Amino acid sequence: MPQIDQLSESWFAISQLFWLAIIFGAVFFIIGLYMLPRVEATVDARDRKIADDLASAKAARDAADSLEEEYRTGTNRARGDAQGLIGKAKDKAAADTAKLVAKADAAIAEKMAAAEAAIAAARSQALAEVEEVASDSASALVARLSSAKISASDASGAVKVALNHG
Amino acid sequence: MAVAEPAQLDPMHQFAVQPIAHLFDIGGRGVYLTNSAVWMGIAALLLWIFMLGGMKRQLVPGRWQMAVEGFTGFISSMMTTNIGPEGRKYTPYIFSLFMFILFANIVGMIPLGLFGVHPFTATSHFTITGVLAILSFAIVLIVGFWKHKLHFFSLFVPHGTPLWLMPLIPPIEFVSFMVRPFSLGLRLFVAMTAGHVLLEVFSSFIIDSLHAGPALGVPISLASMALMVGISALELLVAGIQAYVFALLTSLYLNDAVNLH
Repeated sequence: MPQIDQLSESWFAISQLFWLAIIFGAVFFIIGLYMLPRVEATVDARDRKIADDLASAKAARDAADSLEEEYRTGTNRARGDAQGLIGKAKDKAAADTAKLVAKADAAIAEKMAAAEAAIAAARSQALAEVEEVASDSASALVARLSSAKISASDASGAVKVALNHG
Repeated sequence: MAVAEPAQLDPMHQFAVQPIAHLFDIGGRGVYLTNSAVWMGIAALLLWIFMLGGMKRQLVPGRWQMAVEGFTGFISSMMTTNIGPEGRKYTPYIFSLFMFILFANIVGMIPLGLFGVHPFTATSHFTITGVLAILSFAIVLIVGFWKHKLHFFSLFVPHGTPLWLMPLIPPIEFVSFMVRPFSLGLRLFVAMTAGHVLLEVFSSFIIDSLHAGPALGVPISLASMALMVGISALELLVAGIQAYVFALLTSLYLNDAVNLH
């Protein structure tokens, strides 16, 4: 096995050690200490960039969500306000209408009362005139038929009786 | 044949470190540029080229950048799950360890032998894996004593140990703790060596059986070839798994040092 046999040669171990020290030392300093941190820094920078991008995307989505929420509450409030206004206007209109109707009713009732009173007056007057005309014509009938003169009061008394019965 | 060129069919020959050029001496011992060093360097270079794809640093990554980020993410998530947020401090070391072992393992698997170039698997040598294991173990010790001072020794007394087990448990824990660097280094070295030996043995079956004539050679060669394809796939898996196991165990040991337990 040359690995063991060559140990007895004076140059072997020292040459192996010398070159290993030189080459592995170079690998450690150039690859390990110089190149590796730069490669890792690139990876870290990329990871950080991805994380940042994700975070900003999340922030943008949250902002959009809150804007939408704001918009929705805004429209809801506006709709509520509008409905309140509409309701108030409706109530006011209804109240106005009711007031007008009441006023009109009162005026109509007044007019009707006046008219009824006028009708009642006219009616009682007409009845009085009927009585008078009836007693006149009754006394005239009596005078023509029996040539007897009857007093106006008798005639009207008879007419009253007849009217009340008739 | 085997007598004429013994090195050709020796399945262990592939692990021999060949000196290429003498550079200088350290303490009277020559330091050579070796094939092991060259292939370690190639693995490191390929790793560097691979990592360049991750340095484009685009916000929307391409395939290559995704692959690099997949590896870094894999290791750093392993560190955070095993150690916690404090684990990120040790990611550069564990990542270097994992990628270096992975590339060294895979470079050794590339069948460049077809073109006359023989890749060398540096991780099949315990002089390499052992040093990496001792390095990991040393980091564990330094971090442990740095963070917890002498309280680090409470690692050898697990929570809820009954008093009458006190003479028994801490020595066992201590032995298992001290065995860690050996198991860590030997596991990788043995797995790599065994896989490459197996491939070499099957390929020598093909050569030897063809020397014995086509009647015997062709069926044996076909069967060996089929097995080699399967074993190569398995070895690619092992190359990844062993690198992962080395990094995972180091991170678990570091977890002991950082958080005790």
